[in-house]
Amino acid sequence: MLKLDGVSKVYRVGTFGGKELHAVSNVSFEVPDGEVVSLIGESGSGKTTIGRMILRLTPITSGTISFNGVDISTLQGEALKDYYRQVQGVFQDPFSSYNPIFKADRIFRIVREEFFPGMKDQEWNGKLEDSLKAVGLNPAHVLNKFPHQLSGGQLQRFLIARALLLDIQFLVADEIISMLDASTRIDVLNLLADLKESRGLSILFITHDLSLGYYISEHAVILYRGCVVEMGSTDRLYNTPLHPYTRMLMAAVPRLDKKWEKVEVELRGKQSQITTGCVYYDRCPEAERSADCLTHRPPLVQVEDDHFVACSRYME
Amino acid sequence: MAQERPKEVRSEFLYFALRNRKLRVGLGILVFFLLFAIIGPFLTEYDPNTYAGPSAQPPSSEFWFGTTTFGQDVYSQFAHGLRSTFIVGLIGGGIGTLVGVVIGLLAGYRGGMVDEILNMLTNIVLIIPTLSVLIIIAAYLAVRGILTESVFIGLTAWPWAARAIRAQTFSLRTREFVDLARMSGRSSLRIVFTEIAPNMMSYLFLVFILQFGGAILNAATLDFIGLGPTRGMSLGLMMNNAVLWAALQLGMWWWLIPPGAAIAAIVGALYVMNVGLDEVFNPKLREM
Repeated sequence: MLKLDGVSKVYRVGTFGGKELHAVSNVSFEVPDGEVVSLIGESGSGKTTIGRMILRLTPITSGTISFNGVDISTLQGEALKDYYRQVQGVFQDPFSSYNPIFKADRIFRIVREEFFPGMKDQEWNGKLEDSLKAVGLNPAHVLNKFPHQLSGGQLQRFLIARALLLDIQFLVADEIISMLDASTRIDVLNLLADLKESRGLSILFITHDLSLGYYISEHAVILYRGCVVEMGSTDRLYNTPLHPYTRMLMAAVPRLDKKWEKVEVELRGKQSQITTGCVYYDRCPEAERSADCLTHRPPLVQVEDDHFVACSRYME
Repeated sequence: MAQERPKEVRSEFLYFALRNRKLRVGLGILVFFLLFAIIGPFLTEYDPNTYAGPSAQPPSSEFWFGTTTFGQDVYSQFAHGLRSTFIVGLIGGGIGTLVGVVIGLLAGYRGGMVDEILNMLTNIVLIIPTLSVLIIIAAYLAVRGILTESVFIGLTAWPWAARAIRAQTFSLRTREFVDLARMSGRSSLRIVFTEIAPNMMSYLFLVFILQFGGAILNAATLDFIGLGPTRGMSLGLMMNNAVLWAALQLGMWWWLIPPGAAIAAIVGALYVMNVGLDEVFNPKLREM
């Protein structure tokens, strides 16, 4: 089980680092074993930063991330390698995930050199073949090729196959289908669902697309400007969205039977710096906000079983 | 299923390298001059600095490249000069490239405090008036060899290379394949040299070419003001002597053209090789 507890990431920006940019503030949630949790948010909401912090690619400013009870920020050397044996990530852009001057299957060779140095050729080849087949690729067609000779979908499956070589328990899937064709998207998505069923894999599914989150996950976390505004079981969240931001997102999902001219959403957000009040104050519909919203940031409160929201209207 | 072996990778690289015409031509010219520098000095009985025959003779069967105003054998000077020019270029350019690459890669990949310190060092060396320092150092040493000269030249020439490589490393380290390597448990040092550096291979080679050429020119400058090797010969020294003794005005082309043409041909060949290597290193530029 992966658990985030009060995780924040602050960047120093401006001349001489005089200003602070809160990319992620005080985020807490957990991903139980064998579950898919969607992390949903718009660009700049900090969702990728959270994924990178879980993968130890970006250091945490404050708070803790623990995996099976162990604080991951202290892992070094062999312990860190052991962590990567269990936790892996797949990123948004399959093309930049490969070093362009080497063949694509070099990612497997690196895994072999680092994690299975003593393994015999035959055993390794069998293992590689199994994991390529698990992601629906024909080894004969895709090995020994350069990244630009393979399609985005193939490259993305390669990355998943690479993670599978390691018997992972947890996968961070950061926008992994946003750069794929619509036809290959559903295949990759179903592949993730299969892996969850067959291997008991936990997945943190990072996306900006609400419908994808609904399709694949049991739980969803809605992120706005680095803060969790609403989270809970996918059914509850999607059927009774409470936070104005979530409701706005729901209304913005394109639908086949509706023309997109009179959407009741206000997308004009002013980019002012809010330090104390509600993060959503600028974009919140006038009717719903009060003077209190500007001065106090509402905490995440439980409104029903498995459903939390951070809005002053739901505070007792 | 063929699991790639490092040996196969190398042979494939060699295959594309040998198929590339630009690379072959450049390499051919370079090897020609290199062999000349190695073998040439053995083919003449004259020492480059002794007065071997009548002065200002055009090329003949006795003096292949003619003689200087003082009757020195130009061929002998050229062959020995080529040798020391290669030594200065290789050692000076090599040191300049090596220091620049290591500092640039480390500063760029590590960032933060390491970057601040290395960048400060780079900027300090960059603004030092290199030539004056070289003159002072050269003037302090009573006995100077080509080796000392090359080392000094190399140690003052690296900063611009370090800066350029640092900037390139900055852009490469945020690429996702670097993240992927980190998630594979690779050490920072290996990531720098096996993921980031190969992407800059052709650029690193260009750096070496420029450092090579720069070292030769720096050496020629030092030679000209009398602070070069106390005993020896170089192409730069030949050219400067020729200009000093008005070879151009007196029509003694044989004294001027060989060293000038050799420097131009060597540096030109390296440039052509660079373009060819770019194609070899970057599969996207290859004509399949």
